[in-house]
This record gives sequence, C-alpha cells and structure tokens, in this order.
Amino acid sequence: MIKVVHYINQFFANIGGEEMAHIPAELHKGEVMGPGLAFKASFKDEAEITATIVCGDSWFNENLEEAKKTILAWVKEENPDVFVAGPAFNAGRYGVACGTIAEAVQEELGIPAVTGMYEENPGADMFKNKVYTVPTKNSAAGMRAAVANMAPLALKLAKGEAIGASCQDNYMPNGVRVNFFEEKRGSRRAVDMLLKKLADKPFTTEYPMPAFDRVPPMPPVKDLSKATIALVTSGGIVPKGNPDHIESSNASHYGEYDITGVIDLTEDTYETAHGGYDPVYANEDADRVLPVDVLRDMEKEGVIGKLHNKFYTTVGNGTAVASAKAFSEEFAQKLIDDGVDAVILTST
Amino acid sequence: MRRLELGHINIKDIQFGPESKIEDGVLYVDEEAVKAIVLEDEKIKSCKLDIARPGESVRITPVKDVIEPRVKVEGRGGVFPGVINKVDTVGEGKTYALKGMAVVTAGKIVGFQEGIIDMTGPGADYTPFSKLNNLVVVCEPVDGLKQHDYEPAVRFAGFRVAVYLGELARELTPDSTEVFETYGIMEGAEKLPGLPRVAYVQMLQSQGLLHDTYVYGVDAKKTLSTMMTPTEVMDGAIVSGNCVSACDKNPTYVHENNPVVHDLFAEHGKTLNFVAHILTNENVYLADKQRSSDWTAKLCRLLDLDGVVVSQEGFGNPDTDLIMNCKKIEAEGIKTVIITDEYAGRDGKSQSLADADAAADAVVTGGNANQVIVLPKLDKVIGTLDYVNTIAGGNEHSLHDDGTIEVEIQAITGATNETGFGYLSAR
Repeated sequence: MIKVVHYINQFFANIGGEEMAHIPAELHKGEVMGPGLAFKASFKDEAEITATIVCGDSWFNENLEEAKKTILAWVKEENPDVFVAGPAFNAGRYGVACGTIAEAVQEELGIPAVTGMYEENPGADMFKNKVYTVPTKNSAAGMRAAVANMAPLALKLAKGEAIGASCQDNYMPNGVRVNFFEEKRGSRRAVDMLLKKLADKPFTTEYPMPAFDRVPPMPPVKDLSKATIALVTSGGIVPKGNPDHIESSNASHYGEYDITGVIDLTEDTYETAHGGYDPVYANEDADRVLPVDVLRDMEKEGVIGKLHNKFYTTVGNGTAVASAKAFSEEFAQKLIDDGVDAVILTST
Repeated sequence: MRRLELGHINIKDIQFGPESKIEDGVLYVDEEAVKAIVLEDEKIKSCKLDIARPGESVRITPVKDVIEPRVKVEGRGGVFPGVINKVDTVGEGKTYALKGMAVVTAGKIVGFQEGIIDMTGPGADYTPFSKLNNLVVVCEPVDGLKQHDYEPAVRFAGFRVAVYLGELARELTPDSTEVFETYGIMEGAEKLPGLPRVAYVQMLQSQGLLHDTYVYGVDAKKTLSTMMTPTEVMDGAIVSGNCVSACDKNPTYVHENNPVVHDLFAEHGKTLNFVAHILTNENVYLADKQRSSDWTAKLCRLLDLDGVVVSQEGFGNPDTDLIMNCKKIEAEGIKTVIITDEYAGRDGKSQSLADADAAADAVVTGGNANQVIVLPKLDKVIGTLDYVNTIAGGNEHSLHDDGTIEVEIQAITGATNETGFGYLSAR
C-alpha cells in the first residue's frame, strides 16, 4: 500500500481561521483530517494517509527554518511514497507554505510531492516550476475537483510512473515541454481553434508565447584601428574533421580554436559541421562563413587593431536557445577576459 | 464553381512482378521498367528497389522524399504541372490517387537532413509513412556529383516513378471518391452568406541551399506571395525539393494530401467559407521576409477574410517569417491560428521558437523535435545506416554497437509536421 503524508493549515484542520494562524506545526500520526478525507476516498485501496501535519500559516512563514526542519524530520520518519500539500486555493501564505515544504521534501528527502492552488495564488508562480502544482478554483468550493486531479497525480508520482504533459495529468505548465499524441491531428485542431476564435469563444493555445529576450545593441566601436576583433559563428566552421564532434543540429557544445598565424581558411584545413545548409560552398572556402582572410587583410592595412587569436564556433541549427545562451555566456566572459573589444558574429 | 473529383484506388500490397499493373488492390511492379525510368538521368549511377510494408521489421534511411502516385483522368493538365507534365492550371476535373502506398526516395545522403522511417516499433508511431506500403527507390549518384546536382536528380526520379505508377490506375474504377467544390470570390460570398471567410496561408520552405519548394515548377524563393484554388495541390501543384530536418519538412506526399486543405474543406459551406489557398515563402533575407509577409497580409485583406490558418515548414530562421505573418495578418483584424513545432531542448526546458509575439495567441504545436527516442535494431535496413550519426537529430553516439539508434525525433520523417499532418503535440 502506498503511504502518503498530508500537509494542511490550521483552517482546514478545523482549528480556526486567522486568529489561530500562529499555532506551531503538529504531527497527527494515523489521522486523516479535513481534505484528507476526500483524498482517502479518492485513493480507495491504493494508498493510505499515514500522518497529517497541521501548521499555522503565520507560524510557518515567520519561522521558516524551524518549520522546515521540524516538518522534514517528521516526514523523514514517516518515509511516505508521496507528500501531498493542500490544496491551498487562493490562500496566499498557505500556498507559499505548501510550495515551500513540498519543494523541501522533494529536494532534501527525495520524496515526490504534489500540491494544488489557484493560479493567482502567489505560491503558484513561486513553485509551479519546482513542484507539480494542480490548478484549483479560488475557494474551497473547488475541493472536489482539486482532489480529483491531485490524487491520481500523487499516485502516479508514488509509483514512479512517467508523468504526461500538463494537460494530460492536470498540473500547471511547469516550463518543461512534454510530447504526447493528441486524439485529433494538428490541422483539425487548428481549424477547431480558428472556429472558436472566430466565434469569440474561449480557446486554449497549445504554446503560450514566452517573454522574448531582446538584446539592445552596443554603442559603436570608437576607434577600429586600435580594437581587437574576434570572430564568432553559428555557421559550424571547425578544423577539418570536426575534432570536437559538434553535432550537425541541436549542438550540445561549442568549439574554441586557435588561429594564430592562420591567414586563410582552406578546403584542406577547415569545414562546416552545420547540417542546415548545403555545405559545398562553406567547405570549399570556410572564409565565406568565418571571414579570417578579410580580417587578416584589414589587420595588415591597419583598419582594425588586430584579429583575436581564437574563434568560437557552434552549430545554430535547431540548437536549443538555452544551450546557445549558456555557450555564449561562457565564451563572452573569455572574450572579455582576453581584452576583445568587439565581435563579428556570423550566422548562416 | 470549380470542382475536383478525387478517386481513391486502394493499394493493399505491393509486389514485384513481370508486368506493372494494379489488380485486386495489389500493385505489381516491373522492377526493370522502374529502374530504367530512374536511370534516364545520367547523374544517377545505379538504383535499387525495395518494398517496405506496415509492421515489417524494416528501417528506411536516409529518406529524401515521399510521394503519392496520382493520375489526371479528366480536366486540364497533368499531375506535377511544370515539373513532369507541362504547365497548365490543375485542380479541376477528375484525379485518381493510389491510396495506402507511396514512393519513397532514399540513398546516399544529400546534405545532413534526410530522415528515418521505421515500419515497426516505437519509431513507427512517430512517422505517418509507417502506415503505408512503400516502394523504396534507393539512388546512387555518379562519382563526384555535388549535393546541389544530386538533389534534383533524386527529386525528379521520384516524380517520374510516381507518375509511371499513377498511370496504371487510369482505366480503373475508384474504390471511393471525394468531391471538392470551390467558388469564385463573389460567387462564394453569395452562396455562403454569413459564414466566416477563411483562407489557408501556407509558408513554403525556401531558405535555399537545398531548402527549396517548387510551385508549378517555379522555385518558391523567387516568388511573391500568391494564391491558388485549394484543389490545385491535389494535382501536385507544389512539390518538395528540400532537405530541412526530416521531422518538419513537407514531403511531396504532404503537399498532395495537405491536411489543412482537407480539414478546411470538411467545414466548407457548413461553418466557414474556404476562400483561397495563399502561398508565401521563407527566404533568408530580411527584406524578403518583410516583403513576403506584407504581401501575405495584403492578400488576406483584399480577400476580406475573417480568419486564417498559417502553417510553417522548418524551424529557426522561418520562425521569424511565421511571427511576422501572424502579427501582420492579426493587425488587419483577421483572426489567426498558427501551426508550428518546437525545439525546446532535450529536457524540454528551453524556449520553443526563435521568435515570439503576443499576437500569436492561438498556436497548434506538432511537438518538441528535440525529444530523444531509442529505436531498436530492426531486421532489415533499406538504404544505409552510415549517416545516422551526422543526420540532423543524431550525434556521434547515435548508432550503438547493438544496432539500436538513439536520436532526437527530428530525424524521423514527418514526426513533428507543421501542417498538422500528425497527432503529436506538446504542452
């Protein structure tokens, strides 16, 4: 039988409202309290609540470290298969407490956790990407629906089963995109969505647009003739043979290559690892993507101070934005440390 | 009114035989005759034919194109106008299609972006082409042939074979027939008053360097945004000539059976008026992107549309065209739904598209192409596994010693198709 420990606040334990929010954490071994009864009914014979932890919302938030330490010790002792917190609906401090303790149980004890709350509860934004958080109505009137979604998710987590997409297992989108097969093909879903949009009926986008990271351009370089210029490319130019095995698409790393004394990239010495364009012309003359030859000329003519002796390269073909960001943060620091004044970034 | 009857000739099986013919739902293929058709092109040194059936332990790779054989039996023009048959406006009259089968072209890799079709196992769930009887044409180029010469050679070989097989159906009686009727602009407004006016905006892959699509034989990157009657694609008005990642490029089969066209027809005259099929491209220059998206929005406005579905092809650079189209069409007061796919990283935690805008509030996704899948060893490989490690979606460790392949689903042909051809999605 799956073991569950349930966390609730003073209100749902029937101790009292705001006037009792100061009560410290209590461990009720073997007791099923408040919403626990609904969970018990939903779990049927698959799981049992072996203990309920009750804590005043004010006490938890005002004694955070002590609260966490005390409760974690109890949960460790009970050693449940899953930890359930709430649901907290729109109670702000309760939501934050549920998220905080659920995350701590997950991180420090390695026990999976689930919570539930209203999407505008401040705890939701704070914890939905860390703990599976089931969206609920804004008041306890939504208890039945909340438990109906939280209980099966808790059982899946306890059994170690793969968790499906947010719309399948009814949790708030948590920043992790999960694939699954729909019942209708994409074109039909698009037509259905358009019909709803045309009729001004509610519809749900399958991909909410993210806030886009826009980078303001730097001020121009004041005196090019004194500047050290580096070359960086997402066009995949690498020494012949691709020694670091940069992938042709969705690159997992970047390359750093020394071009001290190199005045021209030739067919025999450089090539592209990029899988997103016809490589013939880049392989014939990699300067077409990474213009070392032209910059050497400018260096000689005194147009630029000098060409930096290292270039950085990766493949920008289907490479995750998060990876690209991580690569660039790392080598941008190296470029700064090396005293580079400006970078020519070439793409394909 | 324009009317196209599409007759379905159901193909239950493909077998090699002394004479090419279709009998009792079985397509018999004269191997030598088909090889001769492929080898008409002097750029192709040799070719091998093979058959892959649903459920068989067969892996086809590297896959270039998938084509459904069709034949025009009544009305103007012939299939693949401007490509195989001479230029003439198609989309009216009667066309027969060999359903349940396809011609698959495969062979030595062109770029990096050919795909995998598994006929059984977990990979088969991700490709719509595992459900078809496939006649696979594996082409070997003459020595020293560069990719940009090799690509059209294989492209045309596939079409010639498809046309040859389609001809076998000319005198047959279809197993079933679909009828598609469209109206002129004024006629439609009179016949279907009160229904929202809807068009399909199809973005064609046109980044160049092996990323090209052809409309009546014209390279799409050299076109301004334009429009067609929605039935024209059913006669092969658009063909694929590209090697973008296998998961989200549109093989010719997808153009012929464009699912947005079909699903809008299903609602035509009931809940909406399917006015037109608008085509636009995905060129790499900013000026081209601006011009093409301006023209697309302008055409939508001229047609007095209420709503559009926009589909994309490819990813990354074309994400900007997708968002530009969406923004500009929405700015005309026209409700827009876009279909795309995602590159959210193997862990699913990265931003999915390379561009974003608040106007894109209605998105259908074909799933995260970076999802990793382990494909078991299959008994037979048609083509070669030599390229699995460098294919887009693969890496140096993709091909394991025991014959299993660990790749991102972007290597699987059609896995995250952005015309909504498949069922995969993500949240």
